[in-house]
This record gives sequence, C-alpha cells and structure tokens, in this order.
Amino acid sequence: MTGTREVLVLVDHADGSVRRTTGELLTIAARLGEPSAVFLGPGIDAAREQLRAYGAAKVYVCDSADVTDYLVVPQVEVLEHLVQRTSPAAVLLPSNPEGKEIAARLAVRTGSGLITDAVDVRAATDADADAGPVTTQSVFAGGFSVQARVTSGTPVITVKPNSATPDETAGPGVEEPVEMTVSDDAKAARVTGREARTSSGRPELTEASIVVSGGRGTGGDFGPVEDLADALGAAVGASRAAVDSGWYPHSYQVGQTGKTVSPQLYVACGISGAIQHRAGMQTSKAIVAVNKDAEAPIFELVDFGVVGDLTTVLPQVSEAIKARKG
Amino acid sequence: MRIVVCVKLVPDATASRSFEPDHTVDRVSVDGLLSELDEYAVEEALRIRDAASEDGEVVAVTMGPQAAADAVRKSLQMGADSGVHVLDEAIAGSDAPATSLVLAATLRKLGADTGPVDLVVCGMASTDGTMGVVPAMLAERLGLPQLTYANQVTVDDSNGAYRVQVRRDSDLATETVEAAAPVVVSVTDQINEPRYPSFKGIMAAKKKPVQTWSLSDVGVDPAEVGLSAAWTAVVSAEARPPRSAGTVVTDEGDGGTRLAEYLVEKKFV
Repeated sequence: MTGTREVLVLVDHADGSVRRTTGELLTIAARLGEPSAVFLGPGIDAAREQLRAYGAAKVYVCDSADVTDYLVVPQVEVLEHLVQRTSPAAVLLPSNPEGKEIAARLAVRTGSGLITDAVDVRAATDADADAGPVTTQSVFAGGFSVQARVTSGTPVITVKPNSATPDETAGPGVEEPVEMTVSDDAKAARVTGREARTSSGRPELTEASIVVSGGRGTGGDFGPVEDLADALGAAVGASRAAVDSGWYPHSYQVGQTGKTVSPQLYVACGISGAIQHRAGMQTSKAIVAVNKDAEAPIFELVDFGVVGDLTTVLPQVSEAIKARKG
Repeated sequence: MRIVVCVKLVPDATASRSFEPDHTVDRVSVDGLLSELDEYAVEEALRIRDAASEDGEVVAVTMGPQAAADAVRKSLQMGADSGVHVLDEAIAGSDAPATSLVLAATLRKLGADTGPVDLVVCGMASTDGTMGVVPAMLAERLGLPQLTYANQVTVDDSNGAYRVQVRRDSDLATETVEAAAPVVVSVTDQINEPRYPSFKGIMAAKKKPVQTWSLSDVGVDPAEVGLSAAWTAVVSAEARPPRSAGTVVTDEGDGGTRLAEYLVEKKFV
C-alpha cells in the first residue's frame, strides 16, 4: 500500500446534514490511503465544512436530484464511474440497509468482493503489498470474530457505526463536481413518498454512546426506560417483543432484524436476552441489565446486573443520577 | 401472477453454531431449518398470489446441499405450488456474488422453461450470513429494479400490467417506493405473521413437483462459484472469549442505588 491511492467514502447525510458515521469512515479511509468523500444529492453547502473537519482530502459532488428520487441505483452509477476514474484502494459505505445495497450492486458491477458489517478495517501489514485491507466482523450473534479481506477487484466494505473514533484533523476537502447523467435504467424504482420521522430529541440509536432498551418486562410502559435514558443522555431502544406488542416503534428495535448497536454502555431493562436480541447488542463495551427473572440469559452477558422490578429499580437509578448531576 | 420466492436452509440459531476448518459455516453438526426470515417471504408470496384477480403460482427456489431441499419442502407445506433445488457439489462455499449468480441463472431458466416471472420475493437477510445483499445483487444481475426491506407490499394489476409498491423504514424516514414488474422484493419480519403448515398442507406438499437442477442445467460454469471462486477470503475465524462474569445483585430496596454507583464508578455519569 503506497498510502497515496484514494479511498472513496460514501457520505451518509440527509439534505446535507452529515451523520457521525461518515466521520468514522473518513478516519478509517485515512488509514488505507487518501480519504475522498463522495457526496450525492442536494445539500453540499450544508455539508462542506463538516466533511473538511472530518479530514476529507477531496469531495466528489453529484447534486442530481435523481439520487434521492430513485432507489439506490443512481448512487451505484456514480460510484461505479468514480471507481473507474480513480481506481481507489477501497470503497467504504455505511452499514445500513441502503449502504449495503449500494455496495451489493457496486460489487457485482465492478467484479469486486464485498464485506459487510465490518467493525474494524486495517491496512494490510503482511508481506503481500497488494493484499487489500483486513476487516473484522462479529458473526453468529457476536459469538465469533472473523477477519477477512477482499481478493477480487476493488474492496467494497460497509462499516458499522462506532467502529472508529472520528479524527478531528481537518483536510483540504477539494471539491470536484461529478458531471454525469443518470441512465433511465437506474430510474426504475421511484421513491413516491418520504415522511421524515419526527425526532425524539434523543441521540440516534445506532450512533449513541449509551443505549437504554426496554423489553417485555416493561409491560408496555416505557416511561421509566425513557426517564433513565434522558438522565444518561442516552438513546432508547426496544426488544422485538416490545415492538411486536406495539409498545414502541419498529425503528427503535435492537436485534437481528432491527438495528445493531455497539455503544459504550447498553442497559437492558426487562429484556430476557434471546439470541436474536444478543445479535444486535453483544458487541457493546459494557452491558447492564435489570430483570425480574434471575435465570434470564441476559445476565450471562452483563458487567453489572440487578435482579429486581424495573418499575422500582429504574426510577431509583434516574433519581440518583439526577441528584448527582444537581 | 408468477412469483418466485428464494429460500435458504440455515443452521438453527439457537444451537451452538460454528465453522468448518476452511472457514465455511458448519452445516452438518447443527440442525438446519428454513431461515426464519424467509418464512415472511413465503407468506407474503402466498398472500400476493391469493389476492390477485387471476390464477397465480408460487415457485420456491433454493440452492445448496441435499439437506437444502428441506427449505423448499417447508415452503410447499406452507402453500407454495412447486419447487426448484439447485444441487451441485461445486456450489459449496459460494459467497454472495456467486449465490446471486446461480439464483439469477435459475430464474432465467424458469422464465425460459415455463413463462416469465413477475415477482421475486426474498427475506431481508439470512439468519446465518446476515449480509442482506443477495436481493440487491440478484436484481443487479437480472437488470431489475429492487424494492427492498418492505414492511408492506401492494400489487396493482388494474391496467393489464403489474405495478408493485412497497412501504419501508429507512434509518431516518418512512418511504414508499414503486416500480413496474418484474421486480425483486425483499420483506422484513414486520410485514406479516407467517402461517404454520396445516396437516392438509403437509400432506399436499408430498405431491407437489420439485425439480432438481445442476449448475450445467442452469448454465453456470462451476469454476465461477464455490469457495475457490469467492471474491473474499476469510483470514481467521475465532470464537470470542465468553464475556467474563459480572456482578449480579438482587434488589433489596437499594438495587437502583447500587446500579447508579456502578455507573458513576465506570464514569458513565
């Protein structure tokens, strides 16, 4: 690895509001080469300073509205064009559904290997100088740690949130417009409606450094869970049981079929800890649980656990924290 | 409407899953079952078939070793009409690009043999690989639009052509997306409540046709698939050390206080 090849990072943003994960991806990109941000869709004016602050050496901009009006494929076309133009050392994308699907199509289109859900990416250190970066993934519900690399084409890697601490060393962020017309083939799946979810005012679930989640044991009352989350400045999550019962929206579900979180602290309240839930939170740095059932499997994972009724334990925690904070 | 549902046999997630020495998933020592997330795809395919104004058909397609046929059988028991199992030793160890290559070739053959496919339905991800990229790759290889992560699917056949609309939750918004068939759809576990096979369904499944095809039947060169053709390589796969046992206290009136003390001590407060 010469360190001078570009590494493309697809910027995750909503109308120019850049998400924290982009900073993490640019930081990882800087380990592998020269970080180039790829900004697609409207909003660059709002994003420019943030991308420089995150260390982008270059910023490719394609502000076509087609990118937001049609699902995934217009973004694939722009990235394919940039891969051909820059022969990057790797392409990094956020590990959310859209990022993974852009990556999937890009990989097939460019004959490239794809690795998803990386929790770490490092430059090759072995004798084989051409070998691509080595990724780390957490598989089988966190039971195994797998290291892998791409062996064909341009490494296309999707990276989970909280996989790096964003480096605050600013980059020049030299802007290069990408002038291209999105093909008609890319406009087959039209987005006909988009309702932004109202913000809870709490941190975003996948990005939060603390997550407090509630499950069946809440009995449907998330009040104590939300109060503790607010005392800790945390995001709120929910188990599948709570979501299936209609107690909390699906977009807050933590687990195999919901969000995967990897915060500094995960607080599981009234959650038994089924394998499907563990798949979504087992890589959390510290795990705390409150559950009435001393036999709940969640207690096998915890750093600190309380066997007790969450409706009395959680308010006591919240009060103690508030008292301390004054 | 002619619907194909792609299904996969996976190791039971509640068992102790592991890897073979070549870093492929151990599919022998743990019982296999139809991936839970594919049950939602089968259920949705059946509902779309049954809601259509004209007669329709659901074909369950799988690939993999002999045992993978169980995934097709379960789909037939739930109500699918026929099945295809692509069985070939060369498939072992295939990565997602190779999987999508075989599935795309299989769908092309189905279309050529028995008429065009209008809709392909997949689960949002498998419960073993969990990448969730095969539906998008399959759409890419077939040159079709994808409508993925659907919480709701609506098929409109009022104008002599099928239009498919889905509702989905992205990270920050709820979206509606639509495309003209043929289209590849993937569905989440929010979309429906999969049925259990009835006794009648189990008996009827025994008489339903299942075709077994080799790679040469579907026109895929064995050198393009399998572990040796994978575009990624696993360097190592290691069991994580179990999390060291923490402190568990029983609440005797001060459980919350002790938890708060822990959080302060660890500087979370």
